[in-house]
Amino acid sequence: MVDNLEIVREARPHAAAGPKLVVSGLNFYYGDKQVLHDISLAIPPNQITALIGPSGCGKSTFLRTLNRMHETIRNTRAEGQVLLDGEDIMAMDVVQLRRRVGMVFQRSNPFPKSIFDNVAYGLRVNGWMRKRPLAEAVEHSLRRAALWDEVKDLLHESAYKLSGGQQQRLCIARALAVDPEVLLLDEPCSALDPIATAKIEELMFSLKETCTLVIVTHNMQQAARVAEHTGFFLHGKLIEFNRTEVIFKRPRCKETEDYITGRFG
Amino acid sequence: MGSRVATIEHLPRAKTPRTFFRRLRAGDHIAWAITALAAAAVLAITLLLVWELYSSSALARTKFGWSFLIGRTWDPVAGEFGALPFLYGTVVTSALALAMAVPLGVGAAIFLAELAPPRISDGLTFIVELLAAVPSVIYGLLGIFVLAPLMRRAGAPYGVGIMTAAVVLAIMILPFIVSISREALLSVPREQREAALALGATRWEATWQVVVPYARLGIFGSVFLALARALGETMAVTMVIGNTPQIGASLLEPGYSIAAVIANEFTEAVEDLHLSALIELGLVLFGLTLVLNALARLLIVMTKRKGAEQ
Amino acid sequence: MTRRKITNAVMFGLTGLCALLTISVLFFILGYLVYYGGRSLSWDFFTQLPAPPNEPGGGMANAIVGTGKLLLLTALIGVPIGFAAGVYLAEFGGRTFSSIVRYTADLLNGVPSIVIGIVAYALVVVPMKRFSLLAGAVALSIIVIPITIRTTEQFLRAVPHSLREAALALGARKWQTVATVVIPAAFRGVLTGTILGMARVAGETAPLLFTSFSNQFWNRGLDEPAATLPVMIFNYAISPYEEWRRQAWAAALVLLTLMLAANLAARLVLSPRGARHG
Ligand SMILES: Nc1ncnc2c1ncn2[C@@H]1O[C@H](COP(=O)(O)OP(=O)(O)O)[C@@H](O)[C@H]1O
Ligand SMILES: [Mg+2]
Repeated sequence: MVDNLEIVREARPHAAAGPKLVVSGLNFYYGDKQVLHDISLAIPPNQITALIGPSGCGKSTFLRTLNRMHETIRNTRAEGQVLLDGEDIMAMDVVQLRRRVGMVFQRSNPFPKSIFDNVAYGLRVNGWMRKRPLAEAVEHSLRRAALWDEVKDLLHESAYKLSGGQQQRLCIARALAVDPEVLLLDEPCSALDPIATAKIEELMFSLKETCTLVIVTHNMQQAARVAEHTGFFLHGKLIEFNRTEVIFKRPRCKETEDYITGRFG
Repeated sequence: MGSRVATIEHLPRAKTPRTFFRRLRAGDHIAWAITALAAAAVLAITLLLVWELYSSSALARTKFGWSFLIGRTWDPVAGEFGALPFLYGTVVTSALALAMAVPLGVGAAIFLAELAPPRISDGLTFIVELLAAVPSVIYGLLGIFVLAPLMRRAGAPYGVGIMTAAVVLAIMILPFIVSISREALLSVPREQREAALALGATRWEATWQVVVPYARLGIFGSVFLALARALGETMAVTMVIGNTPQIGASLLEPGYSIAAVIANEFTEAVEDLHLSALIELGLVLFGLTLVLNALARLLIVMTKRKGAEQ
Repeated sequence: MTRRKITNAVMFGLTGLCALLTISVLFFILGYLVYYGGRSLSWDFFTQLPAPPNEPGGGMANAIVGTGKLLLLTALIGVPIGFAAGVYLAEFGGRTFSSIVRYTADLLNGVPSIVIGIVAYALVVVPMKRFSLLAGAVALSIIVIPITIRTTEQFLRAVPHSLREAALALGARKWQTVATVVIPAAFRGVLTGTILGMARVAGETAPLLFTSFSNQFWNRGLDEPAATLPVMIFNYAISPYEEWRRQAWAAALVLLTLMLAANLAARLVLSPRGARHG
């Protein structure tokens, strides 16, 4: 059923835990239109998994089903099973799920609030009220997002004063503040310049310690640089999933090869 | 796991007591319930309004039937109530007001939306919007003390009358016509006018031959909205129409309107039938504005949709 | 060729004249009010109760306070209902019920204010058996609710979907998202719209004639009739007494100043880009 489980095991034979996320038989519909067809894969823990494919192939949609963000869009339906640490996410409380599986979006979307309030947001809505721990957690998250030194004197300024790359890292810090186990990133660098992109890639490496990362990217070099595993989507189907070097050097499917050699998309 | 940072221990992880989350989740239901209640209140108020007008006018409706609308006599002492003089006054003042205000208002809207330089247009539009905020009782005040003497010199026997009311109404609805027509013109896609200009049309030709026809429905919509306002306008009309329930031979003579008679007689109506007849007038007014508003919205929506399709 | 150019210039001039005529009305009104009203304004106008007919002096202190109380009460009754209903339409509503509510609110918005007065009379005055401030506030609330609904919904909808997503993805409940992200982001716009709506009802006269009625003395409770500026203007303007007519001008100047100030504040200070009317 889950065809890449072996690959995951093989990649991290010493990993005590099984895969962090296991998706099986996932179909997804916007109204009557089916955009994901029978997707099955397993996401290994504490690694970076990249999803690539031409635009419109369903990568974002797939990512959203992993923390049920699709439920915020009217008329959507997901069939199949997603297990987080063996637990069915559809049966979980959605807020608990999203606390454990955070998300960073393609366009940075800081709140029109101060930098501090942005990072503290997730904690506050989860009932953190006391000042001290809040301030510590905010600092800690900003440090993890490698943003602390740049903003430590601007904490109470509007988040919109930051540059694009800083805003995106602020969004990552905000997601990290609630200490997610999985972080989903949907083309986080697509609007950024190369320097900001490099910073975020560096940041992703440092997060592997504590997080499982899944990144959607249209940039194949980026996938090759950062990810241990890569999945290739086409027309709503998962064509191939394997270790990144296999995907890029010895793809098993013709479509994958065509895509990575730039023959379409 | 020990390497995780200390702060994380503060986090209420998965083992948080369920009641806490249950309470938070209940928040969604509570928020939904409160806001839905408010939304339902709008329906309730409107239904109540219709029902109140209908049921409280029962006495007059059963007594006079449809002849209420064509009766020419309004005599509270004799208990005879016919609405025709009021219908006449309402409809005629509104129609005259439209005849005066529409050309002026649409002209101004064309200037603001199409011809004027943006800076000037913004400033003038702002003033038009302020104008729309002037209370009607102030128009009435100026009507009595400034316009009525002028009308007397122009030949109106009492100064006040149908024509005076129509002029005041025209001035009052002008800002509405301007701002809604202007929006209809602005919702015409850029390409439409650019195409015309590119073919060598002058600014005016592009406006008159392309933009205005395109926005036609929206402009009609503004006219209907203005008409609905004029029909329902109370204070300014009450102050200058002369308050005489007659269908005069001349437009310069005094008349009466539906809204004005309600305003004047409602607190003095001691007989049930009188009150009921006044409320029936309210029902008629409500019906008239309902139809006009519905038509206006339909037209405005149709123009907007037309703009969106292209 | 030249004829077309001449037409162009002539029409430019003609439509410009239309615009000029339209806006000149405002200056015309302002001029008269300042001239006649300014002459009749005095300190007494703001501090004294109305004097009996034909006695000199007196003021409209009770009407100024009455209008203030009435607006406060309207803001407490009508604005919360309209705001909550607007939040429902923008955030919580299902499709069918929402469009019914939206349509109904539009309908209510078009109902002549005198008709709303009749309904408030039937709902409040008849059961209480007396004219009252409360009845006036109910009437004005019915007018302000659809205005508030529309501005609230419009400004909440203008908040980007991505902000809602960000909050939800952080584990915020829907109500938390709405309360802590969406509403604060739309706050200025909603406030602007609300102030404009209140300014509009501040000048309403017709629905007050047989709800809050009028009062030569101070209003001392929600269940008593109250003097208000618009109704005073009306009563005094149609009265036969010279002194009262002069006071009507003064009251009109005060009322218009308040309304223009509210409009200017809302449009220029609060939201420089300008909330639209309605
Ligand atoms: N809200 C939506 N409603 C309907 N169809 C959608 C919606 N969002 C995305 N789609 C469709 O679903 C397909 C997959 O979209 P998406 O997941 O955004 O692709 P990707 O992220 O790979 O570019 C596309 O065909 C797109 O048109
Ligand atoms: Mg995408």
